Amino acid sequence: MAAIIQTEGLTRRYGRQVAVDNLTLQIQEREIFGFLGPNGAGKTTTILMLLGLTEPTSGKATVLGYDPTHDPLEIKRQVGYLPENVGFYNDLTGRENLQFMAELNRLPEPKAKAKIEEALRIVGLNGDADKLVGAYSRGMRQRLGIAELLIKDPKLLILDEPTLGLDPDVTNKMLDLILSLNRDRGITVMLCSHQLEQVQRICTRVGIMIKGKLVAVGTIEELAKRKLGDAAGPSLEEIYMRYFKET
Amino acid sequence: MWTICRKELADHFSSTRFLILFCLILMVALVSTYMAATNVREVLEGVSKPSQVFLLQFTTPGKFFSLTQFVAFFGPLLGIIMGFDAINRERQHGTLAKLISQPIFRDAVINGKFLAGVITVSIALVSLMLLLAGMGLLTVGVVPGWEEVGRLLIYLVVSIAYVSFWLGLAILFSILFRSLATSALAAVAVWIFFSFFIGFASDLVAGALAPIKNPQDPEELVAYRRVSDAASLVSPAVLYSQATSTILDPYRRSRGNLVLMGLLEKLSMERFKNPLPLDQSLAVVWPYLISMLALTLICFGVSYVVFMRQEIRSL
Repeated sequence: MAAIIQTEGLTRRYGRQVAVDNLTLQIQEREIFGFLGPNGAGKTTTILMLLGLTEPTSGKATVLGYDPTHDPLEIKRQVGYLPENVGFYNDLTGRENLQFMAELNRLPEPKAKAKIEEALRIVGLNGDADKLVGAYSRGMRQRLGIAELLIKDPKLLILDEPTLGLDPDVTNKMLDLILSLNRDRGITVMLCSHQLEQVQRICTRVGIMIKGKLVAVGTIEELAKRKLGDAAGPSLEEIYMRYFKET
Repeated sequence: MWTICRKELADHFSSTRFLILFCLILMVALVSTYMAATNVREVLEGVSKPSQVFLLQFTTPGKFFSLTQFVAFFGPLLGIIMGFDAINRERQHGTLAKLISQPIFRDAVINGKFLAGVITVSIALVSLMLLLAGMGLLTVGVVPGWEEVGRLLIYLVVSIAYVSFWLGLAILFSILFRSLATSALAAVAVWIFFSFFIGFASDLVAGALAPIKNPQDPEELVAYRRVSDAASLVSPAVLYSQATSTILDPYRRSRGNLVLMGLLEKLSMERFKNPLPLDQSLAVVWPYLISMLALTLICFGVSYVVFMRQEIRSL
């Protein structure tokens, strides 16, 4: 197993405020990594640095073997990033939105068509592909967001709050979808969320970030042993609250 | 970049606002040619050797205004309307973060949008001109000579550059301001200032730099006007109107008359008045063209730099 994401001392300052403080993290191939932390902890800044959309003040990151500051295009070609509150062009249909993304990724025409159909099928939107996105429900929009990432055959998915504002049923389907992408296609997933139960359900490993610092990394059992002293039916929420109170 | 440009083009042409604006411009333009066509005859009365009549229908003011005045006035609006929400609409809808996390360079976004705007403007203006030229052929019955066609072509290029300046400015504001309304208002404010108040502003500047102490002293008067003219050249609207009026009116030798002439004097002058050849007209307006292009480029350059350095957050 190779590390897909590797950071060393990654730091980002905005003026005097430190958004990400000396982050050293490894995410292995084929794992679902839960990236936790309260709002404003620096999760999104970290992602932006990994994609080369923001330059780190100091430190180094490697994503799929590329340096985001020098090779952002290569990373963006292979990494699917679903921003929080992702938006679409509401006056286009779902399929047209996907087509535009395929063109931006420079997929050749016949391949793009096949990819779009496949992605629509995987997320279960083939029936609604020709409706205007403006008429989509929130769950459909999130699924369309995932479909947009799938057309580029990503090796790594970075999902920022993919289940925010979804009802429990849709949330479960979304989580199942993420799980199946990981199992059947071997896609590594980095999931940012503060919905701890969901993270606990699907993530193999978690990292907790508070105030720009990564305070804990490991499997839920490991963290539970360290913090709660026993590993019997650990709840991520308890662990999280412990860490949160300590800092 | 071409992908974005294509999509933006499609957006522009299918958008309602473009349709409404184009209808408005078309309507006013039709009315103004109609008025011009009925006026051309009057203007030509008493002119012994009329030449370049075809151009007249673009420049003669009818009851209200000529086509060129109209384009000078409303062209900016076209640019502003197409650019004011270029970036911040994407930001508001949450598509900007997604767009730049695709494997494209960040500048492709802004280049594509600017290019699409310029193409749309060009298509609108070219079709407008062709339409009016056709109507002119029908109503006035004058066939344009090559020189007139050349002048009209130059006029078109200058107009496109002029509208592009406002497009660039509007895009700059759409990058600087998060809110759609703010960026639209800011662009309109600049437009109003440069179109209406630049006269007062340049007089103020001239009054401060070269005050007239003795109204009888011609040197002071000249100095005052010089400073005032120079100051008003900051405005792209002034640059544009001066450049195009010389291009479309071959009888103009300089950009303005300082000396007021009596009627008889005027008549005697007119006997020696011949149209300037095209290359001479060009020589007169060359500096204006260059400064206008420079303004456009500066505007776009600033937006480019600001956009490249801007922090892209998902919200």
